[in-house]
Amino acid sequence: MELDLPVLDEEEATEPEAVPDATVLFAGDSGDGMQLTGNQFTRATAHAKNDLATLPDYPAEIRAPAGTTFGVSAFQIQFGAGEVRTPGEEVDMLVAMNPAALRVHGDRVAPGGTIITNENAFTDRNLNKAGYDSNPLEDGSLDEYQVFPIELTRITRTALEDHPLKQDQKDRAKNMFALGLASWLYSRPLAPAIKWIRKKFEDKPDILEANLHVLKKGYHFGETADLFVTRYEVREAELPEGTYRTITGAEALSLGLVSAGEKSGLDVYYSSYPITPASDILHEMTNHKQFGVKTVQAEDEIAAVTSALGASFGGKIGVTATSGPGVALKTEAIGLGVITELPLIVINMQRGGPSTGLPTKPEQSDLLQALYGRNGDAPAAILAPHSPSDCFEVAFEAAKIATKYMTPVFIMADGYLGQGAEPWRVPDPSDLPEIDVEFASETNGVDGEGREIFQPYVRDDETLSRGWAVPGTPDLEHQIGGLEKEHETGHVSYDPENHQKMTEIRAEKVQRITQDIPSTEINGPESGDVLVIGWGSTKGAIDTAVNRMQAEGDAASSVHLRHLSPLPADLDEIVARFDRVLVPELNNGQLLRVLRDRYARPFEGLNKIQGQPLQAREVVDAARSLIPA
Amino acid sequence: MSNADNSDGTKKPDLPPSLAAGGDDAENEAADDGTKKPDLPPGLADGDDDGNGTTKPAGPPGAKTPAGPDGDDTAEPTLPPGFGGDGATAEEPELTRKDFQTDQEVRWCPGCGDYVVLAQVQRVLPELDVDKENVVFVSGIGCAGRFPYYMNTYGVHSIHGRAPTFATGLKTSNPELDVWIVTGDGDGLSIGGNHMLHILRRNLDTQILLFNNEIYGLTKGQYSPTSEQGKVTKSTPHGSVDRPVNPVGFALGADASFVARTADQDPTHMTDMMKAAHGHEGTAFIEIYQNCHVFNDGAFAEFTDKDSKALRTLQLEDGEPLTFDNGRKGIRIDPVSLEPEVISLEDGEYGIDDVHEHDVTSSNLARILGELFWEPDLPRPFGIIYQEDRPTYEQMVQDQVDQAIAEDEPSDLEGLLKGSDTWTVDE
Repeated sequence: MELDLPVLDEEEATEPEAVPDATVLFAGDSGDGMQLTGNQFTRATAHAKNDLATLPDYPAEIRAPAGTTFGVSAFQIQFGAGEVRTPGEEVDMLVAMNPAALRVHGDRVAPGGTIITNENAFTDRNLNKAGYDSNPLEDGSLDEYQVFPIELTRITRTALEDHPLKQDQKDRAKNMFALGLASWLYSRPLAPAIKWIRKKFEDKPDILEANLHVLKKGYHFGETADLFVTRYEVREAELPEGTYRTITGAEALSLGLVSAGEKSGLDVYYSSYPITPASDILHEMTNHKQFGVKTVQAEDEIAAVTSALGASFGGKIGVTATSGPGVALKTEAIGLGVITELPLIVINMQRGGPSTGLPTKPEQSDLLQALYGRNGDAPAAILAPHSPSDCFEVAFEAAKIATKYMTPVFIMADGYLGQGAEPWRVPDPSDLPEIDVEFASETNGVDGEGREIFQPYVRDDETLSRGWAVPGTPDLEHQIGGLEKEHETGHVSYDPENHQKMTEIRAEKVQRITQDIPSTEINGPESGDVLVIGWGSTKGAIDTAVNRMQAEGDAASSVHLRHLSPLPADLDEIVARFDRVLVPELNNGQLLRVLRDRYARPFEGLNKIQGQPLQAREVVDAARSLIPA
Repeated sequence: MSNADNSDGTKKPDLPPSLAAGGDDAENEAADDGTKKPDLPPGLADGDDDGNGTTKPAGPPGAKTPAGPDGDDTAEPTLPPGFGGDGATAEEPELTRKDFQTDQEVRWCPGCGDYVVLAQVQRVLPELDVDKENVVFVSGIGCAGRFPYYMNTYGVHSIHGRAPTFATGLKTSNPELDVWIVTGDGDGLSIGGNHMLHILRRNLDTQILLFNNEIYGLTKGQYSPTSEQGKVTKSTPHGSVDRPVNPVGFALGADASFVARTADQDPTHMTDMMKAAHGHEGTAFIEIYQNCHVFNDGAFAEFTDKDSKALRTLQLEDGEPLTFDNGRKGIRIDPVSLEPEVISLEDGEYGIDDVHEHDVTSSNLARILGELFWEPDLPRPFGIIYQEDRPTYEQMVQDQVDQAIAEDEPSDLEGLLKGSDTWTVDE
């Protein structure tokens, strides 16, 4: 079919004003398609070669009641010509599809910033639902912003007057109008969205045509409505040479696992039970079967982790992913992984807790669970990625540690990392390090009847890890399990000294992972007034804050921990070079407690527990308060 | 059979006085007098190492001599067609029972029915055409959970109720392995009931040996999900009010592709069931009536005692009429109500043609046979109740992987990492 696509004639267009970066927030009802709009805007931004970071923020309900504040779904993106570390703080442009969206996100718009609303949604009923006593579009309360009330619903209906779609189907296309308009305002190309729509609605020509038509109308509206005096442009970012793609944390974790499988020569077995926000990884992994990946959607969290451990016993890389409540259920099986000393990767896409908590909101409150949440002294390795693309490297490293040290390894990500996107310079597979795994192939002992046997707890001197003898290997038959085992022989043992010895060996083995941890990078001077220590998804905000402080003359530095168990060996001396240490976290002080326990120094917490990402200015304020006047 | 795994009574010096030998009741005394050398039933003790039992197991103390056809005492086991002995391994030294025994001290209570199962498994494995290194036993928690430690094969004693899940990961990722799951009534039908449902419906090619003793033994005698209603135990002094699980009915309800029942007092029958289960491609569920003579002695006596066995059990043979009581009685299925009824073959009213014929492939008949569990006046079926050929889980998973490899450029990691939407940045 022939479509009248917009002609992107730059000459006719309003001359855009160049800005170094911008933050745009799309917000509306959970049925308004805001995540889709945001994702398409992100693709266009990637094609415009900006650096970017995104933050999907949506309710746990699939279709929350329309017009309510708790049903607001939002997608935030920051993009820039320079390095972009966070999805942005103050919003330059808010697209609010209804009063509730304005109510929830309006105060995040920078003074003088742009607010585009769907005027048709500002009915008395919707205003009332959002808790407005008067219409903010008319009562002057938005005077400090540039507000553009646009009749999105009416214009969309008019544009589709001759289309055979039903009214509600037509109304659903209004997010395409918003996307088209936002694309015009920030000089984004429409081609990526057009390509996507064509593929997505291949089999639904009516919907395909309607969406393309409305998208184009939105774009043209910007140009012709004579409403907007300014249009913006963000120039290409200066990124290192290479091939780039956008990648979410869920994608990066999956690709890291597949790469680890390829580089170790082991198949990856992935089993999980659907849970927000970890299900995306299962959706990814199941599409990588051509690499020998087997995925099992298990009957519950326990089955998922235990079957992964079963696969590890069979010589595969056993992986499971979940969120905090799921980890709670997997706890006993992870303990089995600790005592049987089998490789196992447990990905925790952390979310607000306790219990079901805030299923769709990021939090970092499962660190202590990963460290201590098992019966017995049950040490495990813990890694935390700091950005969506960093998830690739962390997943790869987790597989390396798990197989080298024969231990469960946690990957502590969160929903913000999992669903957030950023550009990623695609590595050349030949540049990835090999993961050397050697299965046991020889007997190493003699049993009571003089037979040559394999003793499962004979250890490597350097790593303390035991031999990995895989079923199917002749003569290495052996039995392991949850009961304490005798050092070396692996016989069931309740001997007091043996239990103490085995407990200490298990702890020492995990501690020895420090020999593989590179020296800690310090962002800023090696010593100073204040050091900010973070972990996980808060890196962007912390680095932004510390760099801002440095630029303004403060003696501040930051360190971001990828390895949380064991901690890097050099952390102690780094900490000692600063007068004060701030530990910002999205929890009530978990790494803070770990550090206080480990190093006797005055650590201060900055604890944000709101289901929202950390903001750089919050870190700046807290860090400055620690510097003596 | 609960998580008190450390209460396995063998080496006793650390036990509190109330639990030590000479304790305050017969049960405890019996439970805790485990010694370094278990008092094995005849025929199961050491020395029976020549790979084929030369004496018939007498069963646990107090039990009657197993009835049923003699077996197990032939010098060379006679294999049914399809089981082992195909000549492919002619040059390999033949495996014997001893090859499957470990040097580990067996720590079950003397006289426990578990010894019988262990002995039969160790006997039957050499007769199956499998490589020893491919055999894996996976168990959960409970008395039966110790099973893998006594098998000289790969083995995992996992966590309570989760053996089917461990096996699912192991077998799905390594379809060539021969995986056996050992579980109990508490492990498999209480804490692990969910996994039992799912492994059965998925049809993972494994053998499940469910040791049903209708009691929690390892935690010293609480009622189990298979205990009869009204069971008086330490945790139910006024009688349990729970309706019991019917294990065979559960398995059939979960769409198991192989369901059988046997008893520890009938080792030959058990061996036959194990061979058939092993030959079945899919999840083979065997409920084993296993006497716990410490906490629930005689629970299955009516089905195993010589005096009552003929009248109380229905020995199933595919294609044969459902007769019992030495051919004097049969099961007729009323064509209108579809209710099973006992008919006499002696009074002339009915003949052998009126007796329903067993058909292991009939799921409807299987359900009727499974429901006999609830009928005190009808005999309890033993043997293969149901068997169905259908694709196995691990094979279907493997097929999808193979297809993906065939369709796509395998190992194109570079292409995978790049995805479909890239751009380049030049200097």
